[in-house]
Amino acid sequence: MGDNAIFRIAGLTKAFGPNAVLRGVGLDLRAGEVTVLMGANGAGKSTLVKVMSGVHRADRGMMMLGDKPFSPATPAEAMRAGVVTVHQNINDGVVGALDVASNLVLDRLNGAGSGFFFNPRKVRREAREVAERMGLGIDLSAEVTDLPLADRQMVAIARAMAHEPQVMILDEPTSSLSSNEAERLFALIERLRARGVAILYISHRMSDIRRLADRIVSLRDGAIVGQFDEKPLDYEGAVNAMLGQNLGLHSIDARAAGAPVFSVRDLRIAPGAKPLSMELGAGEVVAVTGLVGVGKTRLAETLFGIHTPLAGSMRLDGRAYAPKTPASAVRDGVFLVAKDRASTGIVPEFNIYENMSLPFLPRFSNMSVTRRRAERQTAREQIADLKIVCRSERDDLATLSGGNQQKVTVARWLTQPSRLLILDEPFQGVDIAARHDIAAKLRESAGDRATLVFLTELDEALETADRILVMSENTIVGEHRNADVDMDRLLAEVAGQRLEPAGSV
Amino acid sequence: MDSRTADKTPVETPAEALAQPKDGRSLRELAIRYGFLSLLVGLIVFFSLATRGFTSPQAAVFILQSVSITGILALGVTATLVVGGFDLSIGSIATSSMMAAAYVMVVLEQNALVAVLVCLAIGALVGLINGLIICYMRVPDLLATLGMMFLLIGLQRIPTEGRSIATGMTLPDGSTAEGTFSQAFLALGRHRFDLFIENLVPASVVVLIVLAILIWFFLEYTRFGRMMYAVGSNARAAEFAGAPVKAYRIWAYVISGVFASIGGILLAARLGRGDIASGNNLLLDAVAAALIGFAVLGAAKPNAFGTAIGALFVGVLLQGLTMMNVPYYTQDFVKGAVLVIALIFTFALLGRNAR
Repeated sequence: MGDNAIFRIAGLTKAFGPNAVLRGVGLDLRAGEVTVLMGANGAGKSTLVKVMSGVHRADRGMMMLGDKPFSPATPAEAMRAGVVTVHQNINDGVVGALDVASNLVLDRLNGAGSGFFFNPRKVRREAREVAERMGLGIDLSAEVTDLPLADRQMVAIARAMAHEPQVMILDEPTSSLSSNEAERLFALIERLRARGVAILYISHRMSDIRRLADRIVSLRDGAIVGQFDEKPLDYEGAVNAMLGQNLGLHSIDARAAGAPVFSVRDLRIAPGAKPLSMELGAGEVVAVTGLVGVGKTRLAETLFGIHTPLAGSMRLDGRAYAPKTPASAVRDGVFLVAKDRASTGIVPEFNIYENMSLPFLPRFSNMSVTRRRAERQTAREQIADLKIVCRSERDDLATLSGGNQQKVTVARWLTQPSRLLILDEPFQGVDIAARHDIAAKLRESAGDRATLVFLTELDEALETADRILVMSENTIVGEHRNADVDMDRLLAEVAGQRLEPAGSV
Repeated sequence: MDSRTADKTPVETPAEALAQPKDGRSLRELAIRYGFLSLLVGLIVFFSLATRGFTSPQAAVFILQSVSITGILALGVTATLVVGGFDLSIGSIATSSMMAAAYVMVVLEQNALVAVLVCLAIGALVGLINGLIICYMRVPDLLATLGMMFLLIGLQRIPTEGRSIATGMTLPDGSTAEGTFSQAFLALGRHRFDLFIENLVPASVVVLIVLAILIWFFLEYTRFGRMMYAVGSNARAAEFAGAPVKAYRIWAYVISGVFASIGGILLAARLGRGDIASGNNLLLDAVAAALIGFAVLGAAKPNAFGTAIGALFVGVLLQGLTMMNVPYYTQDFVKGAVLVIALIFTFALLGRNAR
């Protein structure tokens, strides 16, 4: 082993102030292999990626690319040496103001040897080459701002691949892709693997990992705690190594619904969509699953008063419910933990307790003067309840890991009783331990409210809900009690097919 | 009150600085937190040693008076900065309301109360229009308020055909303006309250202090202030939390407009006439004070306390330099340099800290 390792890391350490993030990481990447790096949030994955890609410098330790030492001072230097990184945040990878063609050849525009004048024809020709080689089916003259997130991601990846890299690092590349697009990405990755590129693939998604991994490496508390390269790969072992405890995949005890709380009759959420109906009972957790782009977020936001339904009616506790704004939904007791916490959830300049009290400040104030003691008391309870890792309720949100930030945005809506709690992709970018904490808290606190969770990942739905609804093309196409789920039928519904069993999702 | 701070704080601050590290704070955190305040204290100490009479109560009050109008405007613009906006029209709102006050009293021959109410109404109305243009027409804040600034500079000259307003002036129709500034109105600019010493504190300083405390309390301790910060930091999150984001934005511009018109009232009361040429520096000085405020206590965000300190800082610096016979024409350069340094201080030190 190790003779075909083209990238070696040994004894890598990195600390930010007093926080040691990497404590001696050793890792080999081999040509023509996909090495999956698993780690809980805060394990040091992002820092490791940043050291490898030249954003940060390691404090100690060495990296070797081929037989030469590799210590890039800038991302550009790492890229020139043949180590290319596609970052998690898609908008870091593309320039919104330019068209697709310019984005595809962006780094050639300021590399050495490029002329002073911008030659649109040459740019388009080079871009077309890149796009063809990568099988990118996107209009090259489209503005990047007009593209959906998934296409932007494909553009960023295609550009990175145009460098003919020796080592390619993909940091959660599928977190915002639909399964169709993810499949295209996997095809690209397989092509690269066949060409002998060493790939480091960072992901939380088991389906990705099962699909791609040649080896799995588990990172925990800044050190590699497990390497798995014997076929068949020991996925559970890798997960357990990364978590340092045995969580396992447990099935849940599906509960029956209590009295009806919320019902929807013939609701049309998008032009041309079939009307949808559902009924939610007290104490049950209902998951809505379906592919990216089938209208899950649209439905969640319609229930919360952000969009107005085109037709149909809603009833809450027997009374007509037709929210005009999020404010009126909140008044009626319908809360939404929105998708994508960075843009819709957290207030980055606020600390934990200020973030938690945000929707209910009137209840946390006396004659409009905020009652900080009450806010902090409530925040402390939620921190204990949801096992939020922090020093105190006065910590800034920016200092928390992604999973803990998500816990704060969920906790915000748990501080007050609700009639209907909606969560849109609450497990996005959240490690498994945090996911279990959040799911357990949802089930435990379900009480007499109705809970509706929108989840693209089927595993997550099976792990969280008493009942699963399937969405396709802006309507609900199936319903399953989470006790004896007919997986073939469920998968067929997800895939938008009626009868024939689906191969993969 | 200012002279007391000057005597006391220099002794205390180094002791605090030495005492702090046991809480585990690094030197840089201390620098970020107390750097600007120490600099202010240092300046005061330096000027009291280098000049004669700098530490007298009269000098302290003079400094406060010199910054009172820009300070009030700066507190208003702080409200718009908090919601993530900006208000470039404050200077022209102030001069417009100064002209309006003069017009109401001198030409229309009304009393002080009417003049004050008209000015406040102008401020609120302009702020409301700014807010509506920005929120509903989706014009970027800088452009909308820049446009409003030009509009007001032009508008305030139309009623008098471009002339300043004073008793006895000739009106466009050939008659003479008979009205005068009422004594009650002039008192706003000239009356001095007793504080230990007779006739010490001018009314404008009292207004500044009252407004500073009001807006500080509003922003820091009420739910409305908190929501305004939330709107400025992540408007979508605030909206999803049920906040009427547009209303908060519009209110911020109304606050800014009203504060600017109060500044204009004080300016008219101080000058005793509607002077077309005054108030040129108001906008830049006020914005500088608010932005310097970012650096105070390492806030890195708009805050009322910082704005007040920022205004005071500029006042202390200019007064000290004047007393050291530094020529007046260097003043703008000094203000600009302080602003640039404060901004570097805020964004370089804090940016790295936040990472």
